[in-house]
Amino acid sequence: MDILDYTAVELSDKIKKKEVSVKETVMAVFDRIDKMESELNCYVELDRCRALESAQKVQEKIDNGEITGELAGVPVAIKDNICTKGIPTTCSSKILKNFVPTFSAQAVINLENAGAVIIGKTNMDEFAMGSTTETSCYGATKNPWNTEHVPGGSSGGSAAAVAAKECYYALGSDTGGSIRQPAGYCGVVGMKPTYSTVSRYGLIAYGSSLDQIGPLCKDVTDCATILEVISTHDPKDSTSVKREDTDFTSALIDDVKGMKIGIPKDYFGEGTDKEVKEAVLRAAEVLKEKGAVVEEFDLSLVEYAIPAYYTIAAAEASSNLERFDGIKYGYRTEEYEGLHNMYKKTRSEGFGAEVKRRIMLGSFVLSSGYYDAYYLKALKVKALIKKAFDDAFSKYDVILGPVAPTPAPKLGESLVDPIKMYQGDIDTISVNLAGLPGISLPCGFSSNGLPIGLQLIGDCFKEKNIIRAAYAYEQARGKFVKEDR
Amino acid sequence: MTSYETVIGLEVHVELATKTKIFCGCSTAFGAEPNAHTCPVCTGMPGSLPVLNKQVVEYAMAVGLATNCDITRYSKFDRKNYFYPDNPQNYQISQLYLPICRNGYVEIEDKDGNLKKIRIHEIHMEEDAGKLIHDEWDDCSYVDYNRSGVPLIEIVSEPDMRSAEEVISYLEKLRLIIQYLGASDCKLNEGSMRADVNLSVRKAGTDKFGTRTEMKNLNSFKAIARAIENERERQIELIEDGKQVVQETRRWDDNKEYSYPMRSKEDAMDYRYFPEPDLVPIVISDEWIEKIKKNQPEFRDEKKKRYISEFEIPEYDAGIITQTKHLADIFEETVSIGANPKKVSNYLMGETMRLLKSKEMEPEEIKFSPENLAKLIKLTDDNLINSSVAKEVFEKVFTDDIDPVEYVEKNGLKQDNDEGGLTEIIKEVIENNPQSVNDYKNGKDKAIGFLVGQTMKATKGKANPGIINKILKELLG
Repeated sequence: MDILDYTAVELSDKIKKKEVSVKETVMAVFDRIDKMESELNCYVELDRCRALESAQKVQEKIDNGEITGELAGVPVAIKDNICTKGIPTTCSSKILKNFVPTFSAQAVINLENAGAVIIGKTNMDEFAMGSTTETSCYGATKNPWNTEHVPGGSSGGSAAAVAAKECYYALGSDTGGSIRQPAGYCGVVGMKPTYSTVSRYGLIAYGSSLDQIGPLCKDVTDCATILEVISTHDPKDSTSVKREDTDFTSALIDDVKGMKIGIPKDYFGEGTDKEVKEAVLRAAEVLKEKGAVVEEFDLSLVEYAIPAYYTIAAAEASSNLERFDGIKYGYRTEEYEGLHNMYKKTRSEGFGAEVKRRIMLGSFVLSSGYYDAYYLKALKVKALIKKAFDDAFSKYDVILGPVAPTPAPKLGESLVDPIKMYQGDIDTISVNLAGLPGISLPCGFSSNGLPIGLQLIGDCFKEKNIIRAAYAYEQARGKFVKEDR
Repeated sequence: MTSYETVIGLEVHVELATKTKIFCGCSTAFGAEPNAHTCPVCTGMPGSLPVLNKQVVEYAMAVGLATNCDITRYSKFDRKNYFYPDNPQNYQISQLYLPICRNGYVEIEDKDGNLKKIRIHEIHMEEDAGKLIHDEWDDCSYVDYNRSGVPLIEIVSEPDMRSAEEVISYLEKLRLIIQYLGASDCKLNEGSMRADVNLSVRKAGTDKFGTRTEMKNLNSFKAIARAIENERERQIELIEDGKQVVQETRRWDDNKEYSYPMRSKEDAMDYRYFPEPDLVPIVISDEWIEKIKKNQPEFRDEKKKRYISEFEIPEYDAGIITQTKHLADIFEETVSIGANPKKVSNYLMGETMRLLKSKEMEPEEIKFSPENLAKLIKLTDDNLINSSVAKEVFEKVFTDDIDPVEYVEKNGLKQDNDEGGLTEIIKEVIENNPQSVNDYKNGKDKAIGFLVGQTMKATKGKANPGIINKILKELLG
């Protein structure tokens, strides 16, 4: 078996048994990158020397018994909006080009302590605003299953890198579906944990009240393992919660007998592709056969999630992105006259169109006279959506549905009609508004050979329910890997 | 001529005396190299997040309780968005919708000596900004973020003041409360207390408020008084001329005794306030409030009453000593060591005040220790030094905090209480001053003073004047 075909947990086991060295692994990954990158463009920052140095150090620590965990020695890719000390972190935006953080995100520190070797930074929609990884200032990432299609977004670089075996797993961030949707489009596993589970310290904020870091990986076992490592209480993040139940790997049990699964009819509305619907319902049937109690129900309010989300996320983004002003770091325009002209030119030249659209939208909904009608109303909708989920979870352990209404669209199709692109977020967005955990895993193919994603949603702090259901489904489904053409 | 009433409300910013900043662990100390006290949080680095300093909440609650405010049990921070380089995130974390304290008041004395309530609309917490340093030589500007994230409270009053005197009384009252709490040193000249004055005028007897202006850059009580007088006259003049007062923010120039407009209501900024998503709401329990209440210090009015009853010092003395907490602390500590309260009070009111005035110092700057003042008083109580030596020694205590016992010993200043030796000296004085002796014998009692003085001179000031007097009278019969 090719070394690149191992999952993260399998690889670490081989490393610890000395069947393969960390250095060999890193070199194999870079060989793969050399072969694939010109076609896919998953990475925006790569440094072979740094990775090999880090491999050397990790190998020593494994050899002397300092690092023993399930991710020891495994190469990882980090999304470009997650700070890595000494490694450029740009949110795939011109305005942060060449920005090198002085500290690492807590999630990255946790992974490094567990023996991860950072390969590089992955491409993304600029500031995580987009659903296709096409708004990046470095150009689009391509879907490894079909390079005419997008990998999804905004963590498209991370999802494509895992699918194309250019890394063993990756970190992404999910504000409205940015981990789960690209995982679905690229046929990998992606998970957004409950809001407040993974520290946001070092994640460059888009929508602070919605953002969460999470893993993109090859299977559910890797997913639970990675999540267990990155979920720690962090006093540097005021919204970080102290949890005693982050032993997520304990939920890797192939048993769903008696588990109550609800399927919201609202998730199979007009825009949902027939093939997607069939694949997702087949997955539900598999779980039913394994003993789960599956039924349909009305979740309600789903159609209000998109306007509420774009109001809240844009409002927070308009404020979060104010610090990119050409004063302290990042891009500054060449010529300017006075302070305000500098601000104006720097931000006009530094931000892309989608980011500007959301900054304007966010500034508008917060402006005096409109605050109550838009922002405050969106917060009320958010509270109602949370309540609808509370009601659902009083009846069900897990909610099951598609991760997106269609498989990956073609490159260039989405940006021409932003409203349509926003509507594509319908299946993932309410999960962020309600702060819930959600996992996405492949459940089939469309007729043109693109992966279809299944989404399992749990109640707050009930990641174990969805990990268990996902694991049980995965066991029945079998391997889902992309063979090289 | 119509008489006008002035209506004034204040917005007072107070820098809190926490050791670290409001949202990070950086020091708040003054005087460091630019950007020495900074970190990713207070310089607005991407990915950094604020964490609230609990001490800030406790100081704000303590000030709120001392000014009779309701404490908001569920309080939140909001972002105030505006672009300026001293503000590294381009938003200030402040409180708009749910400030920590509301509906309070303090009592001041009006011009007739009656108590008057000045209501407090709210007190909220926020962060300070950095400082821009303009280099005119290079034609560029630098930013120092040492002050960025230093905690502030803003105390917003209702428009309840009617004169500069009331404004000063209100500010003095606030300053005293906050100083007694140890929440800030409240120095206007150093900017740890800043007051913006909202002022309007209206024809006496009318209810409707006139259009107000907001005056900034007031760095002393005197500047505040001058600015109020000037703005009052400016507004009255406009109205008398049939013109309108424009709602605007003005900047006071105390050197020119003139204010000029900074921005009008029309170009007022839209700060796009919204709840700060990076911080969780502050939930304040009954227990927490009780804890703060229990730790509240004795404030001035109570202290003053206690001094009068417990130490039996005059009301006038008690008033002056409690004018600053530092002075009151010195008084109480010196008395607790065993010194006579009235004597301590005399030193603080007399010599201390005189020296402060001549050295142009504030009472907060007093450095001598209560121990040394107590020792000095004991030396006089024990008749070991006379009053003129005591005055000289106190000056050394005041400036260098010397140990009076050692100082007196070292400089041989001890009072000579040996009557035998003195008698010899006095006999000589009598012999050398026949004229004064005659005067005294002829009924000029004052002449004895001259003879005492001569004896003091002969003993280099060390003799006890009481004893000299006694011996002189004996010898002259």
